Amino acid sequence: MPGSLSTEQIQYTPPPPPDGGGDWGDRPGGGARRRASFTALFVLLAAVTMLFAAFTSALVVRRGLGGDWERVPMPGILYWNTLLILASSAWIDIARRALHRGARGSFNRFWTIGTVLGVAFLVGQGIAWSQLRDAGIYMAVNPGSDFFYVFTVAHAAHVLGGIAALAYIEVQALRLRLGPGRRTGVEITSYYWHFLGGLWVYLMILFHFWG
Amino acid sequence: MASHATPHVHHPPSGFIRKYIFSTDHKVIGKQYWWLALFSVFVGMALSVLMRFHMAYPDAKVSWFEKLWPTGAEGGVMTPELYLSLMTMHGTIMVFFVLTTAPQAGFGNSFLPIQIGAEDMAFPVLNMLSFWTTLVALIVMCAAFFVEGGAPISGWTAYPPLSGVGEVAGPGLGKGQNLWILSIAIFCGASLMGAINFIATIIDLRAPGMSLMRMPLTCWAWFVTAILSLFGFAVLLAAGILLLLDRTAGSSFFLPAGLVVNDRLLDHRGGSPLLWQHLFWFFGHPEVYIAILPGMGLASNVLSIFARKPIFGYRAMVYAIVGIGFLGFVVWGHHMFISGMSPYTAVAFSVLTMAIGVPSAIKTFNWVGTLWGAQIRFTSPMMYALGFVSLFVTGGISGIFLGQPALDLYLHDTYFVVGHFHMIMGVAAIFGMFAGTSFWFPKMFGKMMNETLNKVHFYLTFIGVYAIFTPMHFIGVAGNPRRYADFKDFEFMKDLMPVHTFMTHAAIFTAVVQVLFFINIFWSMRKGRKATDNPWEATSLEWSVPSPPPFDNFGGKHPRVYHGPYEFAVPGKAKDYQMQHEPD
Repeated sequence: MPGSLSTEQIQYTPPPPPDGGGDWGDRPGGGARRRASFTALFVLLAAVTMLFAAFTSALVVRRGLGGDWERVPMPGILYWNTLLILASSAWIDIARRALHRGARGSFNRFWTIGTVLGVAFLVGQGIAWSQLRDAGIYMAVNPGSDFFYVFTVAHAAHVLGGIAALAYIEVQALRLRLGPGRRTGVEITSYYWHFLGGLWVYLMILFHFWG
Repeated sequence: MASHATPHVHHPPSGFIRKYIFSTDHKVIGKQYWWLALFSVFVGMALSVLMRFHMAYPDAKVSWFEKLWPTGAEGGVMTPELYLSLMTMHGTIMVFFVLTTAPQAGFGNSFLPIQIGAEDMAFPVLNMLSFWTTLVALIVMCAAFFVEGGAPISGWTAYPPLSGVGEVAGPGLGKGQNLWILSIAIFCGASLMGAINFIATIIDLRAPGMSLMRMPLTCWAWFVTAILSLFGFAVLLAAGILLLLDRTAGSSFFLPAGLVVNDRLLDHRGGSPLLWQHLFWFFGHPEVYIAILPGMGLASNVLSIFARKPIFGYRAMVYAIVGIGFLGFVVWGHHMFISGMSPYTAVAFSVLTMAIGVPSAIKTFNWVGTLWGAQIRFTSPMMYALGFVSLFVTGGISGIFLGQPALDLYLHDTYFVVGHFHMIMGVAAIFGMFAGTSFWFPKMFGKMMNETLNKVHFYLTFIGVYAIFTPMHFIGVAGNPRRYADFKDFEFMKDLMPVHTFMTHAAIFTAVVQVLFFINIFWSMRKGRKATDNPWEATSLEWSVPSPPPFDNFGGKHPRVYHGPYEFAVPGKAKDYQMQHEPD
């Protein structure tokens, strides 16, 4: 359990960089492929940020255009979903740290909890959409609902990709292919997952003030 | 070759499908992109010839028009709607599947890893996916020709309301427009995959000694272009999703209230067509640089090599590429001067647009500085590169006119704009591709192209494109509107029609001349003289390996770099060039 981790266990000395199989880099120790993976992740996150920035700028412009904007009544489950995705992010990070110090058993357990919570978030989003539908709020009802669906579905699509990555890591873990020296995929996936958690918090704030 | 590791050769896959079809080898993928662009340029050029024919002979009856388009050319005469669909598809195919694809994905994939000393791109499988996704996008785009109503008529910019209201507004705006948006969205995905790969490869896979400031200028251009693609296509994807929703889900992001189309009141309200223009041009202007920057990098490279002099002001060239890339994101409003924007906003966009003249002028001065006093080797790549510089300057200067809001109000919807963007974004970039093909052909296929045929092709094409596009500036100033299917009913246009006829003949002539280039490619691939490792006596790493290079580029060795990419005419050396991987 995360509560049982002592400070000593968390403040570890990082192991040497894992061998990513690359030896083309100009820095000693290789690991060029590992570095490239992180670069690719940050570049991907920049692209996703631009996608949502474009949607946001469209929302700001469209909202200011006329009097047909109506606020979408936020289903209460969205707040629970927020807690779910943040909790999922926390467990994934605890799992990542566990793998870093070589505790593979703990990693598997924590990662699974994080993945299940991520799936629960998606299920919760589905429930929120169905509650809105039952309340008669679809696409094209008013521009506020248009943007609500655009943002939440676009976010859910990225979460779906994140869950696929989480599940892939699960399979790799079960095949004993992960460890302190082979953790690049775990770190990439966990950072992507944290980003999606942060993005969701941003969207909740956006809906709260601008929705 | 200098190396610091024991050779460990990686062999290519032996099966045909893994080796040539679903290959993860960057060189094969680069060629696949190159072939895709070659096919696309053929389609795009054919469409443009049909358009030009209609401009000069709007009443001509052509029996096979009717066979191809029974409703669009009933009686063999092209309808305005058919003309507009040809215009839309010409622009779209040329911009996305030629200008975006060949210089960056084609040549970049083929030579970026070798030029920086890497065995492959950072993510070979992603690279393969990126190509096949692009091919799917092209198939979906071409499918728009064959659905009910045919291809869309809203132009490559797909401005709403026309692009958003559906088939009520005309043929092609139903299924055809949906396929157009879908194709562009798929293309965005492919470009994002490519951009991730390019950026990660350049940042992390450079060989020892290959510092950023030792990279050939081609690599700098591909790097900045990848960043532009990353930010630009993400925004275009967002815009495309919203437009598709307006068309299919009944939303009103871009469609205003009270639209009456063909006597039908549409059920949309509150949207803004200008919102699309802002989102589109936030992508669209960087797209111009996505098309032209790789050509600039290549022209710099080729000018230095065949002038046998170091490039004049390497660092200034790098900063100019980065500066153009940055400024490209803050000038999109100059495409919208006539949209009713505040004059103050227009002035801000105008000043920023003028600012692009500074890095562009730096590049031009440095190209001229490189040529100054040089013993130039007039090979075909050099002549194409000189053609690039000429067309870039010509097209750039007319851009300064259009960057002034007061002038743009008059010129915006005239042929002046058509002449301008074809010069700078179209044929300048195409000359970059001619230069790239003739320069790297020996490395790609192991054979030399026929120099005489290339030079004849250069002269005829150079004359041809100037003959097509220079008059457009003059008829634009005379008030000739653009995007019109024909001008036969306008009295004030009567005097300009001979110019249209001349431009049509020039276009047909230039299109026919391209046969020489196609023949040269296919003939040289089979019968061309065998290429040596370094036929141009160039310095960068791709010329240190056999032609064509082995599967893993360096035969299992790991190159180390000791010099910059343009060390020519080094004093005290026996030969006049210093290769990057040679210690001294």
